[in-house]
Amino acid sequence: MPAVSKGDGMRGLAVFISDIRNCKSKEAEIKRINKELANIRSKFKGDKALDGYSKKKYVCKLLFIFLLGHDIDFGHMEAVNLLSSNKYTEKQIGYLFISVLVNSNSELIRLINNAIKNDLASRNPTFMCLALHCIANVGSREMGEAFAADIPRILVAGDSMDSVKQSAALCLLRLYKASPDLVPMGEWTARVVHLLNDQHMGVVTAAVSLITCLCKKNPDDFKTCVSLAVSRLSRIVSSASTDLQDYTYYFVPAPWLSVKLLRLLQCYPPPEDAAVKGRLVECLETVLNKAQEPPKSKKVQHSNAKNAILFETISLIIHYDSEPNLLVRACNQLGQFLQHRETNLRYLALESMCTLASSEFSHEAVKTHIDTVINALKTERDVSVRQRAADLLYAMCDRSNAKQIVSEMLRYLETADYAIREEIVLKVAILAEKYAVDYSWYVDTILNLIRIAGDYVSEEVWYRVLQIVTNRDDVQGYAAKTVFEALQAPACHENMVKVGGYILGEFGNLIAGDPRSSPPVQFSLLHSKFHLCSVATRALLLSTYIKFINLFPETKATIQGVLRAGSQLRNADVELQQRAVEYLTLSSVASTDVLATVLEEMPPFPERESSILAKLKRKKGPGAGSALDDGRRDPSSNDINGGMEPTPSTVSTPSPSADLLGLRAAPPPAAPPASAGAGNLLVDVFDGPAAQPSLGPTPEEAFLSPGPEDIGPPIPEADELLNKFVCKNNGVLFENQLLQIGVKSEFRQNLGRMYLFYGNKTSVQFQNFSPTVVHPGDLQTHILSGPAQPPASPRRPSSPWGSRLTQLAVQTKRVAAQVDGGAQVQQVLNIECLRDFLTPPLLSVRFRYGGAPQALTLKLPVTINKFFQPTEMAAQDFFQRWKQLSLPQQEAQKIFKANHPMDAEVTKAKLLGFGSALLDNVDPNPENFVGAGIIQTKALQVGCLLRLEPNAQAQMYRLTLRTSKEPVSRHLCELLAQQF
Amino acid sequence: MIGGLFIYNHKGEVLISRVYRDDIGRNAVDAFRVNVIHARQQVRSPVTNIARTSFFHVKRSNIWLAAVTKQNVNAAMVFEFLYKMCDVMAAYFGKISEENIKNNFVLIYELLDEILDFGYPQNSETGALKTFITQQGIKSQTKEEQSQITSQVTGQIGWRREGIKYRRNELFLDVLESVNLLMSPQGQVLSAHVSGRVVMKSYLSGMPECKFGMNDKIVIEKQGKGTADETSKRCLSGKQSIAIDDCTFHQCVRLSKFDSERSISFIPPDGEFELMRYRTTKDIILPFRVIPLVREVGRTKLEVKVVIKSNFKPSLLAQKIEVRIPTPLNTSGVQVICMKGKAKYKASENAIVWKIKRMAGMKESQISAEIELLPTNDKKKWARPPISMNFEVPFAPSGLKVRYLKVFEPKLNYSDHDVIKWVRYIGRSGIYETRC
Repeated sequence: MPAVSKGDGMRGLAVFISDIRNCKSKEAEIKRINKELANIRSKFKGDKALDGYSKKKYVCKLLFIFLLGHDIDFGHMEAVNLLSSNKYTEKQIGYLFISVLVNSNSELIRLINNAIKNDLASRNPTFMCLALHCIANVGSREMGEAFAADIPRILVAGDSMDSVKQSAALCLLRLYKASPDLVPMGEWTARVVHLLNDQHMGVVTAAVSLITCLCKKNPDDFKTCVSLAVSRLSRIVSSASTDLQDYTYYFVPAPWLSVKLLRLLQCYPPPEDAAVKGRLVECLETVLNKAQEPPKSKKVQHSNAKNAILFETISLIIHYDSEPNLLVRACNQLGQFLQHRETNLRYLALESMCTLASSEFSHEAVKTHIDTVINALKTERDVSVRQRAADLLYAMCDRSNAKQIVSEMLRYLETADYAIREEIVLKVAILAEKYAVDYSWYVDTILNLIRIAGDYVSEEVWYRVLQIVTNRDDVQGYAAKTVFEALQAPACHENMVKVGGYILGEFGNLIAGDPRSSPPVQFSLLHSKFHLCSVATRALLLSTYIKFINLFPETKATIQGVLRAGSQLRNADVELQQRAVEYLTLSSVASTDVLATVLEEMPPFPERESSILAKLKRKKGPGAGSALDDGRRDPSSNDINGGMEPTPSTVSTPSPSADLLGLRAAPPPAAPPASAGAGNLLVDVFDGPAAQPSLGPTPEEAFLSPGPEDIGPPIPEADELLNKFVCKNNGVLFENQLLQIGVKSEFRQNLGRMYLFYGNKTSVQFQNFSPTVVHPGDLQTHILSGPAQPPASPRRPSSPWGSRLTQLAVQTKRVAAQVDGGAQVQQVLNIECLRDFLTPPLLSVRFRYGGAPQALTLKLPVTINKFFQPTEMAAQDFFQRWKQLSLPQQEAQKIFKANHPMDAEVTKAKLLGFGSALLDNVDPNPENFVGAGIIQTKALQVGCLLRLEPNAQAQMYRLTLRTSKEPVSRHLCELLAQQF
Repeated sequence: MIGGLFIYNHKGEVLISRVYRDDIGRNAVDAFRVNVIHARQQVRSPVTNIARTSFFHVKRSNIWLAAVTKQNVNAAMVFEFLYKMCDVMAAYFGKISEENIKNNFVLIYELLDEILDFGYPQNSETGALKTFITQQGIKSQTKEEQSQITSQVTGQIGWRREGIKYRRNELFLDVLESVNLLMSPQGQVLSAHVSGRVVMKSYLSGMPECKFGMNDKIVIEKQGKGTADETSKRCLSGKQSIAIDDCTFHQCVRLSKFDSERSISFIPPDGEFELMRYRTTKDIILPFRVIPLVREVGRTKLEVKVVIKSNFKPSLLAQKIEVRIPTPLNTSGVQVICMKGKAKYKASENAIVWKIKRMAGMKESQISAEIELLPTNDKKKWARPPISMNFEVPFAPSGLKVRYLKVFEPKLNYSDHDVIKWVRYIGRSGIYETRC
């Protein structure tokens, strides 16, 4: 036979490849390839049939050309022909070509599938393996569809050879990963599990991979594998290194199989059967014991294999998290690795320890390695290892070692890589806060942090330090002194200036006694930084200055001089300019008493989850959150809230202390704490201090105290409910199966009184019942303290005062926190309209019903037309005024289709209910309605004329409104149009 | 301006590296090699931008010349310089090959120092360069000679030195043209132009003043105004004038005179130089006509018949004719029959190449081929690239004629009649393609 004489060397192929390699240029290579392709084409075209050898050779050449990056568009047929050859080498080349070059060409796929089917049925293990490998290599959906059903059969067939089973398991795994829906589950799954008992280690290894993948989808089907895996594992672990012959790798018995088994066990909880569990624990102990034995070989492969098993064992132990003994042993083992020569091992040890630290059993054991870890942080050359060390330090930190760890991390920060600095800053800030025993230490730490890595200190961090300083009396003086000293450094970071400005503005008086930090010194120190700072910081400093005027009257002249300077009063930035102007006027107009009230010290902040923690979680992603979540604040700091004495202040003067906070909303990124801060001020108003001492800041309190951001959006029907009340004053505002809210209201001129009736429709008591009124969006509700609430401290919740005037003042009375089943409570609201407004206030009702919190947000039926004062006038007057309001923006007109039947009497009643006077005999057309009225607000009066022209044929209305204020015209027009 | 100049061999190894400016770092050498010479896809653009650095390259056989710059230079100027550089090197050591470059690298560095100064191109006239950059050892020159070189290089006529003497005053004039054509299968001319050069080889004594005249349309018409009947006579005798689209001259030509009188007068450099370059697009004489006929017989066979007709005076002989007929990519076999010359299927180039040594004017020849195809999986249709042609004819396809070349040398005693003048016309094919 010629094929035998030529051998399998394929000389032609070798020559061709060496020709290609010797080509001097790309062009030469392309020429050679073109020549070869022409040769192959003529050979394939040739009339006489090619023998298997040459076919194989040419297919090989085509494959080589394809792999060089040239297109091959023929020869597929010859490759498929090779598949049916009986020679292994020819079949192999055929399969190789198919798996590399196959495309979804329909006719060929059919032929290929046919060939594969024949091979699978051939009972020749080599051919079966080749076919399985081809299926796995291609792994396409078509392949899956054709063979997904056959492969499990081969896998569990009793007469399959071991190597075939092995290939079948891996092939099935590939198909399952590619398209899980194609692999049918069935009775074979139970038999697959029993492959774990197979004699042949290769089969077991392949089967474990398959089962691990399958059991993630449906763990119940494969539950039985746990005991089998345990027994297999124990057999491997306890075997001597010589037992497994081929599967012993550098004296370690079957390392890959062991690792896979351990990984499979991590898919399931600890076995319940005591015997199995005992055996498993024994295994794990054996592995840990073996780690202590001296190495049997100096080769790196030996230790690698051993360590692979060890680390997988440790992660299984961590996964179970139930064996204190094992956990501690694992920890000790890792501790040894911490000082290992090998960097990879140190990395892995640190990483595993990080998870160990979160387990209660091993936390203490991990802590013993603190010195080593700190040393790693300092000396490690690889940045990723340092990062792990920092993570571990964070995880192992608790009250006992916090000081040491924080100081080490601070020290590391100076040399840390830029990429991880922000994360470390956050970690330091959290640890310092979480484990602070002594708040002066906390303040020192954070100021150090700002000094060392100011650029990486995010807003959350310095907001937090301000909150804590504000809330804790004992630390304020110390903080003032420290920031004063810190600011004396020639170059200090802007964040430091911010913190310094705020703290000195609040508590500068505490250190004013010392001549070294006398008020003028403080001021000149701060002002020396002023020109180097960004706009936001400057704005904050201006607020500090006005606070200085209050704290130290002697600085008044200097500060006024600064404010009066052209660079402030005519600053290009509108925020700075406004502040300068307003503060200047405030300081010169207001008396000292007023100033003292206005510039009162900030009230304490309510306690919340630290926003820094939230930020770190965001940074780390959801996975890492669990380990960090345990960071709850000390209970000791919770009672600060009640300790402070809020002071009353005048109603009309908005407090700039709120402004100080409001500043946080000014920088472009609307950071969460900014709005939270603003919201908290509102909370103070609603939960008057009278109620606070008794209630205490419980979690419910947090739930019940809605800042604007806590109030959910109004319920969808809110607008519709509101429309019902445009033309009437009394009725049921809202009703569901729990609660009914009734409204009764009366309005006179710019004043109104509203009675809200909350009816409990259930038989169970509502707890923590709290209705609140807020004004959404850019409008400010100005809420007056009711008589039942003596010293409340009303505050403006938002930014620059004077820029917008308050539009609506709503005064509420607190209602009882409990509403008995079937009972009704009444709440009185006094409303004063200060200016025209467009959006109604929101009524937010929160309570607990049977333990479940309920929240509801409605629109309060207070619209501008409620403050309508009807005006009678003659036709002549009417038209004169009508003409006076002839500017285009004063008129609003709307043509709309009638939603209700067009009844003249009903329309008349609605118009009267809307508030305007109806004028008869004014319009020449008697069908039309004409009305007039004045909207009364405290600040101004808005004259209003309206004309409604019904068209009965078209079922249309035309509504025209003319008022002296443009937005009012439009708003009224819209309100009224919805009524018809 | 040019920041640096590199010469690579075909493997991308650097043979010559000369950096003129600091903004070009060492890594630029590697950047060009990696991104252009060793690029996965063949780079076809002669200008490549890599990391804000521009590389201008030309390739001579297997040698790459690349000029590098970080500035926004005039690309045409850079290429002009690179071509000039090739000419200079060819004038010094013949063919530009790796071997020659390696043997002459000291000379090349010397040349590079002279013709580029801080990246600005300098005098690159071979004749002038050869006076002071020599390959032999230089005999110690006298002060006088040295100052002469200086004054000559920096003087008004930097391209010619004084005191040249020949026993025989002789000059050779070559009109070299390449004709480019794209023709539709039906014989319609889609685009055609001729780009030509007038190359002069002068061996003249002293500082002769030359005047070159050709059948430029503008000149002829201007002269014709005086004697109208003469013009008509010319037209009758078939001596047509040609319209030149654009032309450039050697630096020795007095451009002011050309602008005002449209006469080409100059003092030539000694030896060979390119007097002018021009381009015409109108009234081109196409020396050959290709008539293709392609027929697909089923999916597996293709019949191709190509006729070529020569279209010039029967007394003239065209040479080195080569017709290249592309074949489909799935060709498995080719049978060729031709009446004249030799034809062969070249698989490595995917084409049938038909060569004819000589062919007289007004003749016709034919080739027919049967191409067998292998059925492929791809449904892609064959793109049918155009049939291209190469040839050489002894006339100027643009119709350019040299009317006179007058030589005046008032100082020495030889007149125009004593100069022996030779004129030769060669028309070559550029990209001469016919679609099929």
